Amino acid sequence: MLDSVLVANRGEIARRVIRTARRLGVRAVAVYSDADADLPYVREADEAVHLGPSQPARSYLDAAALLEAARKSNATAVHPGYGFLAENADFARRVIEAGLTWVGPGPVAIEQMGDKIRARNLMEQAGVPVSPGTREPVTDVAKAVIEAERVGYPVMVKAAGGGGGIGMGAAADEAGLRAAFETARTRAERFFGSPAILLERYVERARHVEVQILGLADGRVLALGERDCSVQRRHQKVAEETPSPGVSASLRERMLAAAVKAGEAVDYRGAGTVECLVDADAGSFVFLEMNTRLQVEHPVTELVTGIDLVEQQFLVAAGEPPSFDPATVQPAGHALELRIYAEDPVRFLPGPGTISEWDEPAGDGVRVDAGYQAGNTVTPFYDPLLAKLCVHGADRAQALERAREAVTAFRITGPKTNLAFHADLLASPEFVSGDYDTSLVSKLRPR
Amino acid sequence: MAEVRAEMVANVWKVVARDGDQVDDGDTLVILESMKMEIPVLAEGSGVITKLHVAEGDVVQEGDLIATIG
Repeated sequence: MLDSVLVANRGEIARRVIRTARRLGVRAVAVYSDADADLPYVREADEAVHLGPSQPARSYLDAAALLEAARKSNATAVHPGYGFLAENADFARRVIEAGLTWVGPGPVAIEQMGDKIRARNLMEQAGVPVSPGTREPVTDVAKAVIEAERVGYPVMVKAAGGGGGIGMGAAADEAGLRAAFETARTRAERFFGSPAILLERYVERARHVEVQILGLADGRVLALGERDCSVQRRHQKVAEETPSPGVSASLRERMLAAAVKAGEAVDYRGAGTVECLVDADAGSFVFLEMNTRLQVEHPVTELVTGIDLVEQQFLVAAGEPPSFDPATVQPAGHALELRIYAEDPVRFLPGPGTISEWDEPAGDGVRVDAGYQAGNTVTPFYDPLLAKLCVHGADRAQALERAREAVTAFRITGPKTNLAFHADLLASPEFVSGDYDTSLVSKLRPR
Repeated sequence: MAEVRAEMVANVWKVVARDGDQVDDGDTLVILESMKMEIPVLAEGSGVITKLHVAEGDVVQEGDLIATIG
């Protein structure tokens, strides 16, 4: 097992990784910016190193500052969490070159999957289904118009180097494409440092379903079930569940097999996620992208499998076998995750602020991964995730009931929160029926 | 005289309009950024901008004055 780990992240995910590290006797080192000095994860680590000012570029995105923090604290490994530098191949290389253990896949796998166009092409070659799309980067609008005609409307316009739904937009015709292309290109340059754009046939009435994979130290790749992430606003996930109510046993089998192929194609090590779009009516799916790190919504997989995914990441990074027998993994029951964001529950606009009251729900099957507590200030510098409210039940009906009770019991005063949205979601006949797709939120909150 | 105020704590990412500009309902005045989201601040009526009270890089608090439109 690892001796020590620096967690190059903040908030709930830093706290989550630190929890497993401490349980396993791995010395946990936290890093923090000015804005985060009082957050729970800083105190719960064995040691904490101040990184710099609040702006992400001068703290959690500052590779040199992170490596210096690792040196100062004698950490022997780096866990990147998600976001920030988690999918930055250069950072992974610098960690390895500094003689540290990188808790994640190799830099080459990160690169291969980080460029969405390259990833699509690679998956197509590996026999994983992809939707019609561009095989080379599109950098000017004239070319985009020609390519969209070839691919066929409606098309989805995305930054090739992007993620988090930033800059993504669907276009039904040429006028829409020109507007979406401009938005995607400016966002791509600003957020991802590359103007390369990818066009893909847009699947309407699709579910967003992803497969958790784990690449073992011996090279085998396991698929640990799927997660349905179709509840989205602004192309960002708000709630997730497993198993997916829209995936049949035979579709699941095909998706899990494809995800294993995807991982094998890049010699994947550690925890990763293969995201797909599912046409539930047709019983078909296409590859969307692969996230080469621990996923935000990993707890739902942990709840149904009983596997601690962070522990497996540590074991793989240390070159050791997993803590469970891959032959006997049998998911049990149903799990939901509700992302509690600091945003208003109607328009979903950010609402930072100081937390005067924070009272988490507890009870059978309830797990809360929180980044904050009473007295903390939620600042505008980082993403709006306050906590992940996760529930596990014997079946979907019990999980839904536990989720309703937990949402009602969760009290947060100070910043705005989307708890009221989750209450509406859990009362929505469409969500409760299980027969929903990525258009659900826009139906619950029509403009 | 109409006052446009910030709805939340945010950083001023871009100032789109200028003092003296004629603006119509729905025109973008500035773009704020908070929690990794860009939030355009729009004119809520027609008029001339008498004063823009923010500059790029400023931090605004909820309720802070962004622009005055006459």
